[in-house]
Amino acid sequence: METVLISPAKAFVIGIPAVIFSILIPIVGTAVFTYIIAKRLAPIVKAKPDPRCDRVKERVANMFKYAIGQYRQPRYQMAGVIHILIFAGFLILSFRSITLVIMGIADGFALPGFGGSMGKVYNLLKDCAATFVLGTCIVAMVRRGIFKPERYAVPPRYGKKDHTWEAIFVLLLISGLMIGDMFFEGSLAAAQLQEGMETEIFIPGTGTWFVVNILRAVPVEQLQTIHLSAYFTHDIIFFFFLCFLPLGKHFHVITSLPNVFFMKLNKGMVKPVRWGVEEEDVEALENFGVKKLEDFTWKHILDFYTCADCGRCSDQCPANAVGRPLSPRFISLKCRDYSFEAYPLRGEMAVSQPLIGNVLSEDEIWSCTTCGACEAECPLLIEYIDKIVDLRRGMVDEGTVPQSLQKPLRALEKRGNPYGKMERKRADWAKDAELKTPVKILKNKETADVLYFADSITSYDDRIQEIGKATARILQAAEIDFGILGPNEKDSGHEVRRFGEEMLFMELKNSNTEAIIKSRVKRIVTSDPHAFNALKNDYIGIAPVEHISQLIARNINAGKIQLKGVEDTEAVYTYHDPCYLGRHNDIYDIPRNVIDAIPDIKRVEMLKCRDRSFCCGGGGLMLFYEPIEEKRMGQMRVEMAKKAGATVIVTACPFCMVNIEDAIKTSGLEGKMEVIDLVELIDRHMIVG
Amino acid sequence: MEILVCVKRVPDTSENEIEVNSDGTDIERGDLVYSVNEWDNYAVEEAIQIRDKIGGSITVVSVGDDDAEEVIRREMAMGADRGILLSDKVFEGADGRAIASIIKAEVDKGKYDLILTGAQADDGAGQVGGMLAAMLDWPYASLVNYLEVIDNQKIKVGREIEGGNQEIHEINLPCVLSIQTGINEPRYVGIRGIRKVASAELPIHGAKELGISPEAVGHTGAKVQKVDYFVPDLGEGAEILEGSTDEIVEQLVELLKSKGGIK
Repeated sequence: METVLISPAKAFVIGIPAVIFSILIPIVGTAVFTYIIAKRLAPIVKAKPDPRCDRVKERVANMFKYAIGQYRQPRYQMAGVIHILIFAGFLILSFRSITLVIMGIADGFALPGFGGSMGKVYNLLKDCAATFVLGTCIVAMVRRGIFKPERYAVPPRYGKKDHTWEAIFVLLLISGLMIGDMFFEGSLAAAQLQEGMETEIFIPGTGTWFVVNILRAVPVEQLQTIHLSAYFTHDIIFFFFLCFLPLGKHFHVITSLPNVFFMKLNKGMVKPVRWGVEEEDVEALENFGVKKLEDFTWKHILDFYTCADCGRCSDQCPANAVGRPLSPRFISLKCRDYSFEAYPLRGEMAVSQPLIGNVLSEDEIWSCTTCGACEAECPLLIEYIDKIVDLRRGMVDEGTVPQSLQKPLRALEKRGNPYGKMERKRADWAKDAELKTPVKILKNKETADVLYFADSITSYDDRIQEIGKATARILQAAEIDFGILGPNEKDSGHEVRRFGEEMLFMELKNSNTEAIIKSRVKRIVTSDPHAFNALKNDYIGIAPVEHISQLIARNINAGKIQLKGVEDTEAVYTYHDPCYLGRHNDIYDIPRNVIDAIPDIKRVEMLKCRDRSFCCGGGGLMLFYEPIEEKRMGQMRVEMAKKAGATVIVTACPFCMVNIEDAIKTSGLEGKMEVIDLVELIDRHMIVG
Repeated sequence: MEILVCVKRVPDTSENEIEVNSDGTDIERGDLVYSVNEWDNYAVEEAIQIRDKIGGSITVVSVGDDDAEEVIRREMAMGADRGILLSDKVFEGADGRAIASIIKAEVDKGKYDLILTGAQADDGAGQVGGMLAAMLDWPYASLVNYLEVIDNQKIKVGREIEGGNQEIHEINLPCVLSIQTGINEPRYVGIRGIRKVASAELPIHGAKELGISPEAVGHTGAKVQKVDYFVPDLGEGAEILEGSTDEIVEQLVELLKSKGGIK
């Protein structure tokens, strides 16, 4: 094709061959970018180990699903669609951008395979892509700059700087890239048209098509200037943007693929104190938990770099919703900013300060219920629970534990339960369970097929003992040979571990493991999702564990448990997903199926359900913690149930029961709203032969 | 500053169901769990904060049997530098005065600027601190809930008095202070910390090491004898307020006003 304009590779700018700039800009850009990345790698290299190279197939699949497939983006529809469009445009335009950079050096360059008709098709495609990316950027700028969705706001306690400018600046850069290319190509086509030559095909309505039409009457000399200016505008923005990425939230453009590849695969588990250190050697570690930035694992620092500041974690976080001083988004952002500050691009690395007190606050870290809503939402699979637990381990090691938690922790150490109740009274609840035969206590030589692991709250709390009794009646109705450990059972330690007292957790775990193995049971069942998660994911070498809802569902299907029609036909039921059953162990449908098995029962869903379930306020030690908050999570949850039109909340966790029952009272909804545990509901509707 | 903190191992009232034994001479001790007397934790925490600020060292002592070693180690895990167990068969049955004299003998062996005790023990009479000060002829302040070191001669202490009021004193060193809860927030002692000090040296001083005559302490030397333990009879039933939350609150406020609880 004959050209009317001199290409950047052959042109002169103020007497200097433009090709010099075309070579210099990429060299300088790449060098600066490499330098920045090297600096950014420093804390990652100094961080703690974290083995994440196993199960490669699964990891690659996740990368395609979450990173390239943008699987979680549409959970927030508007933002999600905008992001998918810009991301898709980026993928398409990446080839064009590379071609453009090289065109400045080698005239008429085309990537291998993009020369012939394939190139023509691609050209049409990239024109469309550039057009919708530009359009989307404008929509995004209006959204961020004018409508300002609430979740992007920066509350004063987390920082003074508003983040809007950064978002808009980047959108302007992207728009600049699009417009640069449109004018580069459009000016050439306009000149060609003026000379009556053949041009590329432009789809009407695309950006380039508009530019061609605008520039049609512009004299060729001016078009030449526009052509070169557009080229270098694109070139400079391209490399500026590249170097700008690792300076802020757009680092995710680079880090999200590896971050998703290295994502945590075992839900419900908590990372060990130090990867690669055996349990018996943990005690001898010089440093425990995370106290300084470098105590995090390299993956956790990569998480900080990857946070795109989208605010979805905090939008879902129940602690944030009730005004506790915790916002997962700012855990990432504050640590990222601190990392940038401690490892500056120029000058000496700073000596790392303790994170608590300088970057994060004690209350912030204790405020988390480990419900996992943030992790279920993050489009980039950033982890929070393991970091919170590691930070708590550090605080426990330093002795900075709130007074409200010290007492239950001491009681757990001495008595094996947080209430300080006598060990020998642990099985007392079973005495008045109205059973045909008394519950077996599996001590000495006594054994059974199934162990019912009651855990502390079910064993000692007056109200929750009812859940234990109902469970025992159901097990007996299903003709299961079961027993409890009684005085030999200790707290599962689920929250002990998640509150950072790893050594105490290990003592409890070892004691329970020994008692369970000695009992020679074949299976374990529990009505407490926290105990369920601990036994399933924290313990090793014990019999398989299931939650009572799984056992009930199986026995309903097998006809061993038969249910009569719903007692209260007026009642509208709703199921509240306990965090440690749902989000942490993916049990969503089974409890619902069990409820629906009651003939004529009316059940509705709350807006926030399944993996978006709203935490009731937290279990275990969280019941003792006195948080700084404006309202109670339980109260918000009860409001949600009311809004859904429900009159009875069914849950499947003793702690949800405590929190929701309290919330019904404090919200003044007594008589209007009820809460019942799944086992109690089934116990009531069971046809006992 | 050289600080001595006196601690005691007591049945943990929050983690036990305390019952009097059948012959009324003691409480049932079979199922009890023990811990550091709560006030003593505040005293040790205060000592740690002083040491971390101006330097010096902390010694923790306890008069008790071999089991008392556990609470001394716990306080060492908390941050005390040394522990000494004052234990001897002849100390058994010691009353407050005898315990004070045992501790005095230990104080005489060392050189301390400040002695802290808990304001009282869960199972005690709150008398050891005052008696110890008298025996040493050192100044004494009780129920201290504020402490500020002025220099190596003087400290400033605050005491909570009637009606929640505060009085502030300057007091010369060396002195004895009994520490009230709330003066600070004692740090948590984890299992890891306790294990770290499990094999630290912990000398045991008996009557011989302390140069105390066995007759002066223990059962024979005790001037106070326990005579009886009993659970008081239940009094009149409580009044249950009824109505909505707002009404209950209103009634409660009225009641508190009429009985002089609030002004």
